[in-house]
Amino acid sequence: MQISLPYDTFVLDNGLRVFLHEHHATPLVSVNLWYHVGSASERPGRTGFAHLFEHLMFEGSKHVPPGQFDNLLESLGATNNGSTNPDRTNYWEDVPSNGLEVALWLEADRMGWLADAMTQERLDGQRDVVRNERRQSYENRPYGLAFETILAALYPSEHPYSWPTIGSMADLAAATMDDVLAFFRTWYTPGNATLAIAGDIDAHHARALVERYFAEIPAGGAVQPVGATPVALARDVHQVLEDDVQLARLYMTWHSPAAYAEGDAEMEAIAQVLADGKASRLYRSLVYEKQVAQSVSAFQDGGRLGSAFYIVITARPGVALGPLEDEVRSTIAALATQGVRSEEVERARNHMETAFVDELQNVGGFGGRADRLNNYWFFVGDAGYSAQDLERYRAVTADHVRDVARRVLTRPCVTLSVVPRGRRELAAGSEGDA
Amino acid sequence: MTPIDRSRVPPAGPPPRVTLPHIEQRALSNGLTLLVVEMRELPVVDVALVTRSGAHADLSDVAGRAHLAADLLDEGTTSRSALQIAEEADLLGAALHARATWDDTEVGMHVLTPRFARAMDLLIDVALHPAYAEAEVERKRKERLAAILQEQDEPRVVASNEFARVVYGDAHPYGSPIGGTARSVSALDRGALAAFHEARQRPGNAFLVVVGDVVADEVVRALEPVLGAWQDAPVPEVDVPTAGPPGSTTIHVVDRPGAPQSELRIGHIGPPRGAPDYFALLVLNTIFGGAFTSRLNSRLREEKGFTYGAGSAFAFRRDGGPFVASSAVFTGASAEAVGIVLHEMQRIREERVSDEELDRAKSYLALGLPRRLETTADILRIVSEQELHGLGDRYYDEYVERVRAVSREDVLEAAQRRFDPAHATVVVAGDHAEIAGPLEALGVGPVVKAASRAETELNRTGT
Repeated sequence: MQISLPYDTFVLDNGLRVFLHEHHATPLVSVNLWYHVGSASERPGRTGFAHLFEHLMFEGSKHVPPGQFDNLLESLGATNNGSTNPDRTNYWEDVPSNGLEVALWLEADRMGWLADAMTQERLDGQRDVVRNERRQSYENRPYGLAFETILAALYPSEHPYSWPTIGSMADLAAATMDDVLAFFRTWYTPGNATLAIAGDIDAHHARALVERYFAEIPAGGAVQPVGATPVALARDVHQVLEDDVQLARLYMTWHSPAAYAEGDAEMEAIAQVLADGKASRLYRSLVYEKQVAQSVSAFQDGGRLGSAFYIVITARPGVALGPLEDEVRSTIAALATQGVRSEEVERARNHMETAFVDELQNVGGFGGRADRLNNYWFFVGDAGYSAQDLERYRAVTADHVRDVARRVLTRPCVTLSVVPRGRRELAAGSEGDA
Repeated sequence: MTPIDRSRVPPAGPPPRVTLPHIEQRALSNGLTLLVVEMRELPVVDVALVTRSGAHADLSDVAGRAHLAADLLDEGTTSRSALQIAEEADLLGAALHARATWDDTEVGMHVLTPRFARAMDLLIDVALHPAYAEAEVERKRKERLAAILQEQDEPRVVASNEFARVVYGDAHPYGSPIGGTARSVSALDRGALAAFHEARQRPGNAFLVVVGDVVADEVVRALEPVLGAWQDAPVPEVDVPTAGPPGSTTIHVVDRPGAPQSELRIGHIGPPRGAPDYFALLVLNTIFGGAFTSRLNSRLREEKGFTYGAGSAFAFRRDGGPFVASSAVFTGASAEAVGIVLHEMQRIREERVSDEELDRAKSYLALGLPRRLETTADILRIVSEQELHGLGDRYYDEYVERVRAVSREDVLEAAQRRFDPAHATVVVAGDHAEIAGPLEALGVGPVVKAASRAETELNRTGT
């Protein structure tokens, strides 16, 4: 099976890099803009800003009154969204093909003229919305504070991945108009963004429209990409969090190879081998056979400066987490010494291949064709990386999996026990032990 | 370069025409309907065997039966163990699922074309020959009971379950969670699940949808020898009780001490999927709470800053499913938010919506249709829906036109017919000590503290 995403590319004088991909299956176009700014670009005491800013991007710009961004797109039958992670912010509009020009006009206006329309009232309004988002997704949700706790243990406090993208309530409260404007001027420049347009377009016409709306935007200053010195845990860390939950849950997290780096595809395969489906090792042992766990999952959270690999196990009622941690450790030891069976690798490869092809069915949304072009450019500097991306999964072997498991998962990790209030005896290990 | 006038919205031009993929309708010798849609662009196939029996057939004592019966389909057949099924599906890279909704039971999968035939063999085995082995039933039953326990942690689930219980009562299937309650699931056994499957999994009560990189004739030729022998039999009717008439507005508080937010559920019984005013209701709901720019989201999120989001939906089912407005608002805003939702329900019954709102909602629905027709899974979903609810072959061909035909008067009449703020049920899952007073002060109805599901069950069993 050959997978390719053919595209045209060009760079405007102001530095905006553009990718155009024609795909005429449905009369739909996706306009997808990545700004190379995320929560890693923030500084301690001002966290949550990139995400708060994402909200402000929908609140109107010089020529687009408040509310009109969404009103206009809904009137076209379009849908739109944005997301922020430590590395980048992305915005997309999926529009019927007649709406391309409107979408470009909207995106160009906020890239060029957002600051002209920013007011204290809009900042305060979206700050409230984000506080509610934080309540809904973190504070009022079972296990909602786990990831924040893990990140703080996994990275030193000055590391740009040590705080969550949503930020803290205190930092959100501290954000000022000056912060907003400075942040905008620094990061939201054409040279720090890439624009991908995929779907039912004529590439020449699309190019003319991009030039029409974006060429006039001033270049802005040079941007230094966020860097960080490599980190490693000196020793195993155990932590306990009491929460309003019925079932205890174990989180084990390791530093792992950066997104697309050598070993990254193997970590995804390891996640499959350990916890994807009934035949996976941890599911089979803990959920199916011993029936001490309600669910297991494992995933590689890929980042540009390094990734984190998570194993998450929810225990059955009353089951203590210590023995679950032991089972994880012995499963990893077996993986690192004896490796995996060839059918386990084949299974993982087939899964990843299917998932890969699936996402290509969509021109837009998160992970669709347009998002991919930007993603590949951002991470590997080649928007046409899709064929090689699939190849790196096909190249995974049992030997590689064993070697990467040994290199990554036998190092120290952060073990967090989330337990029902008052039930600390269910926690794994003892807090902060070596 | 000539500067351009950015203050004018660029013209959009005429919207593209939507062409719906052609559905090939065939039948096997035993009467099983096959619906095949050829989409040859990528080497993928989506397939589902849909049976017209779901949790709607579960009266209160057996709540969760259809759900668990479906859950067990891929946990072992007469010739394959649960682990063999999983390993086989995984090796084929096939995502196999079995699940019940209120209206149907579906066994489906997504697979790359080269592995379609082998994966289909597995799907048919899972759908038609489940073993319901005692040990597997017991394992899944315990897993389900732990999941029910876990649901108590989820404010959203707690609020929705309590809302359904109050609105439909204990006798109606919609009054219980689709996955059942601790009490009902404890009483489910192998016999109940196997009998449910045996009685309802019949070709005359089912249809098969195949969408993707296939040729219809070849699919029929390949499936006739395998599925044609599946024997038909009449399927038992279910006598579902009518849900009682609504009382006046009551506010039920599920206490979540210390919760920073309150989950709100406000609404009542809505119409069934087959309602004649369906398209007017779609437009009405889009304006009221069904889109980002809807009245509820605009008022509660953008204007008031009470929430991360607010919305509403009619749950269109075979019987009248609930109409419900929902949001999670910060604790201090609970009462005011309830007041706003009820006020908006009343307002849209009294004043015609604006032309601008009407046009936007209709365009959002009509022009947004292509977005729902992009993937093989998308097409499978709409073909299934069309067949399951007997909407007719032309349903999606006429969709745009029928949305476009809705007028401001239609929306007003639909709101007057289907919105009933004076008899709405309000459920608030939040900090009782903080919110009960302000809710009482709203003056829309009495505030009662809801018993937890566990307490209710203890009372009912007389413990």
